[in-house]
Amino acid sequence: MAERTYAAARVRRIESAGSHGVTVELDLRLDAQPGQFVMLWLPRVDEKPFSLVDADPVTLTVVQVGPFTERLQRLRVGDTLHLRGPLGRGYSLGGERPLLVGGGSGAASLAFLARRLAEAGRPVTVALGARTAAEVLLAGRFRERGAHVLVSTDDGSAGEHGLVTDLAQRLLACGGYDHVYACGPAPMLERVEELCRSYGVPGEVSHEAYMRCGTGICGSCDRGDGLLVCRDGPVFRVGW
Amino acid sequence: MSEVDLSVDLCGVRLHNPFVLAAGILGTSAALLERVARAGAGAVTAKSCGPAPRRGHPNPTVVAYAGGLLNAVGLANPGAAAMVEILRDARLRCASLGVPVIASVFGETAAAFGDVVRTLEAAEPDLYEVNISCPNVAAEFGRPFAADPEHAAQATAAVRAATRRPVIVKLSANVTDIVAVARAVVDAGADAITAINTLGPGMVIDIRARAPVLANKVGGLSGPAIRPVAVRCVYELSRAVPVPVIGTGGVMNGEDMVEMIMAGATAVGVGSALQYRGIEAPASMSAELASFMSEQGFHTIAEMRGLAHG
Repeated sequence: MAERTYAAARVRRIESAGSHGVTVELDLRLDAQPGQFVMLWLPRVDEKPFSLVDADPVTLTVVQVGPFTERLQRLRVGDTLHLRGPLGRGYSLGGERPLLVGGGSGAASLAFLARRLAEAGRPVTVALGARTAAEVLLAGRFRERGAHVLVSTDDGSAGEHGLVTDLAQRLLACGGYDHVYACGPAPMLERVEELCRSYGVPGEVSHEAYMRCGTGICGSCDRGDGLLVCRDGPVFRVGW
Repeated sequence: MSEVDLSVDLCGVRLHNPFVLAAGILGTSAALLERVARAGAGAVTAKSCGPAPRRGHPNPTVVAYAGGLLNAVGLANPGAAAMVEILRDARLRCASLGVPVIASVFGETAAAFGDVVRTLEAAEPDLYEVNISCPNVAAEFGRPFAADPEHAAQATAAVRAATRRPVIVKLSANVTDIVAVARAVVDAGADAITAINTLGPGMVIDIRARAPVLANKVGGLSGPAIRPVAVRCVYELSRAVPVPVIGTGGVMNGEDMVEMIMAGATAVGVGSALQYRGIEAPASMSAELASFMSEQGFHTIAEMRGLAHG
């Protein structure tokens, strides 16, 4: 076991991510797989899980949802962050023609996946969903990696008007995809699982959960079926 | 392996092997309790439950150090009423596996221990474990009941008055004389002892963050570093009190289980090992236990019990 649990890393770059978020690049590299996460600790405040947007260098996208993520919006270049990981099981990198489906901040882990799939020479299609055009996350990062990006918004302010799962269904109906990767809110993932089954395409879905230990002993992130998001997941296989 | 029998009798309840999932590890839902039972545990203990829901401490609540883990989850639990449903469901799921379910209870006052047990009676748990020794709530609860024989006996008596099911009392090694506490709880009606709860409390400081890691600042130690303390306690207790002891603390493999049994334990509690060895720990540790017994010519757990006493 590691003598020191937490790595300390400095913030090297910050850019805005949508209207309520930041993407933070650290001066730290981790040997990690897409879909794995880190526990980000703010001493004397709290500690929460974040998907890796990249591991070399470690990059995290933080959307403001509460007091913890609000503090992270105020980070400045040169600030120090404390984190442990990588934790959990990531995506398989399987499929010759993958479709990535991201809802809200679920785009984060898929951005790392898109990089690795592109490096492996796979053509990547990404369906990104958000409430409004201003909340679409990381679209530029996907495009930089050569991914084909389609967007849907709840209010129709960008891309297709509607749910990202409707967009995903239309893409799957067009055919040609042999693997689906998804990350986003639970109802979205349930719908993606249905789509994988009905189109007979293997899938991998990455879940979010409240976590404490992050290492599979406290039980806080039980999905309800005895599987732990932190250790059995956060990526779970569907239909294969 | 067929010639070795791993089963043990704990207060009249049969365990198909001596591995007991310790309280506070993966016991938060019926599905998780079932999962550990399916993974080969002889008995499973649900997360400690008090009268009302508790959120527990903020994160970080668990940190690894060179000798094991330090934790201060702070008795997060859904409260007794919700725990009734978890225990009922867990007992149904574990019934066909022949794995008993132990309900763990705590309270802020002796009377509260009795109240929680009266509520949980509806779930008919196979056994109760009385957690008088959590070291991580001192700021709210004051000194644990286990720190003093008289207080320990009061909590035990309150539980004894509330149920006819077997009552196990979980003791702390953070005392001058654990035997005196054990005698007091046995006199008050305890049917068995679990020894020990986490040790300490201790503190781990992150020197780059210049702060204690745990949000609670201090927490209980578990894992390999505390095993010799636990073994010593089991050794002393098994001689001093006429009830079975569940030896708990830093047990990482089947041979550590043997050590506890030779110290006098009837069953062996396991917690932190699930962090290091994963959900496979119950099955692999039981296999290691059986393999040692075959190698050494033992046929039953009882043949090994207390051998270290000479």
